[in-house]
Amino acid sequence: MSAAEILRFALRGVAANKLRSSLTVLGVLIGVASVILLVGVGTASQQEVEESIEALGTNTLTVTASGSQGTQVRFTDLTAEIAEGLEASELTPDVASVSPVATTTATAVWDGAEYEVGSVVGSDEHYLEAANFEVAEGTGITESDVEAGARVAVVGSTVVDELFGGDDPVGEQISLAGAVYTVVGVLEEQSSSTGFGDNNDLVVAPLTAVQRTLTGYGALSQILLQSTGSDTVDAAEAEASAVLDGLMRVSSGETAPYSITNAAELLETQADTAETFTLLLGAVAGISLLVGGIGITNIMMVSVTERTREIGIRKALGAPRRAILTQFLIEATALSLLGGGLGVGLAYLASSVTIAGYETVIVPGTVLLALGVSVGIGLFFGGYPASRAAKLRPIDALRYE
Amino acid sequence: MSTVIALDRIAKVYGHGETAVHALRGVSLAVERGEYVAIMGTSGSGKSTLMHILGLLDQPSSGSYRLDGVDVAGLDEGAQSLVRSRRIGFVFQAFNLIPRTTAAANVELPLSYAKVSRTERRQRVAAALAQVGLSDRAGHKPNQLSGGQQQRVAVARALVTAPSLLLADEPTGNLDSRSTADILDLFDRLHGSGRTIILITHEDEVAERAGRVIRLRDGDVVSDTARTALEGKR
Repeated sequence: MSAAEILRFALRGVAANKLRSSLTVLGVLIGVASVILLVGVGTASQQEVEESIEALGTNTLTVTASGSQGTQVRFTDLTAEIAEGLEASELTPDVASVSPVATTTATAVWDGAEYEVGSVVGSDEHYLEAANFEVAEGTGITESDVEAGARVAVVGSTVVDELFGGDDPVGEQISLAGAVYTVVGVLEEQSSSTGFGDNNDLVVAPLTAVQRTLTGYGALSQILLQSTGSDTVDAAEAEASAVLDGLMRVSSGETAPYSITNAAELLETQADTAETFTLLLGAVAGISLLVGGIGITNIMMVSVTERTREIGIRKALGAPRRAILTQFLIEATALSLLGGGLGVGLAYLASSVTIAGYETVIVPGTVLLALGVSVGIGLFFGGYPASRAAKLRPIDALRYE
Repeated sequence: MSTVIALDRIAKVYGHGETAVHALRGVSLAVERGEYVAIMGTSGSGKSTLMHILGLLDQPSSGSYRLDGVDVAGLDEGAQSLVRSRRIGFVFQAFNLIPRTTAAANVELPLSYAKVSRTERRQRVAAALAQVGLSDRAGHKPNQLSGGQQQRVAVARALVTAPSLLLADEPTGNLDSRSTADILDLFDRLHGSGRTIILITHEDEVAERAGRVIRLRDGDVVSDTARTALEGKR
């Protein structure tokens, strides 16, 4: 008996009971579609986190003060002097740049419009690069601006929208808490999905100017370091830590009054969480696929019982075991493959809709996997009923009513 | 004449020990090519068991069975199914056509199990359907055919592989008298063209058509009479 004929018999078996077959197919369909979709949603969230990591820059380290520990009086504030000391140190070959950062909030006024800027950042010429900002229009802060304490500012896109209402801000003068700054540049809009608020609600100006007009010469809010490359981040962290210990007179064994964080590390943790989330979703969906598979076994058992007599006739007419086995296996596989194929189709349809705020990403791997698994399910879950059918003794099968 | 069937002390026991039922108690018989044999007996006489053993649907408990000179009782299942598809044609009381499948496809089934090529199959199916007078019903499904027509399709299916042996188990049991006559006439014609036919029946008028009548009782052959002898008795 040729393969085409066995296939024809099997498909006829599937078609013979359309409602029952379609319900079985539905089980696999839901399983396959949910595997593809849920893994897609998980992958989308994972990709978003990964994009955020890239946006943050992988070679940036942030030094923040963590307050004094113990009873000894120590220098616990980060100051511009510490930043200068760090920059001047010979012991930090892997640190490419050091940017002291003073942050405050201030009300910006332009042409009668007022806007409370989320953060006014005073820093040096390396800040924009270290914080991974791009200048979209105009220029950034230059070294001479910092040295001269020039009152120039680079504004984020939120500030442009809120204060200038879409007008070109470059060259305009704004007042920040009474001090007049000239806008020299606009920052490229950044993705705000890092979970740290609106990244575009900021004004960047030279540290010297900001300290003079807004924050005073006290503590810095942080020092931003850039390592020479993404592979030297750890070395840079260790070197900076050693130098800072010296500058801040931390003896060994004491808890340092500062902490160095690597934003990328933080997000990597998030990425791991997202991956776990994807796995979990995939597992839940996998269970529904398993249930669909059990549905196939069930329906094939019914089908074999129902057609016991037919099996007997076929055997009496000389059908070898293999032909019966293949017939029922193909029938089961046809059911599961049909369900798998439709499930992939449904997943593609559903992926055009955003789920839980994520654009579903259909991973080609999961499509192949889901189809492969559905064939496997047909063979595995159809295997038992099929072998039962094949092993029936013709005389028993013929007597069966 | 060559011997198609040679049974030597075939016994069949169901169950064990005290509850054992002896369906056949050592039946020995030989059937020559071209014979038309009717096996008769009341229910419980073992005639169905004998039929199943002859058709390789069941295994004897002991004894030897040679079909066309080959000992078939000891063959494995795969080999037995090959023998069934090539040497034996079955006609059942309940027709046993595959439902939702056309007459032609039903007739073709044993050929496809016997691995006959597609073009040859088509010719042989057409010839077999013509032989039973149902060429115009090839595309009909079993539920579109009358009982007599279904049984004729079943006969065509039994014939299509040109088997050594045609086994019919109460072929007219479910048919009205006209269809019964049709089927029996068909068997007569097949017998006339040299086919070996064994049929099981409990109806005398069916057995009358056969050239030889074997009666079973309680698993033993009680009489084995050729037709000439039967006619002589009358």
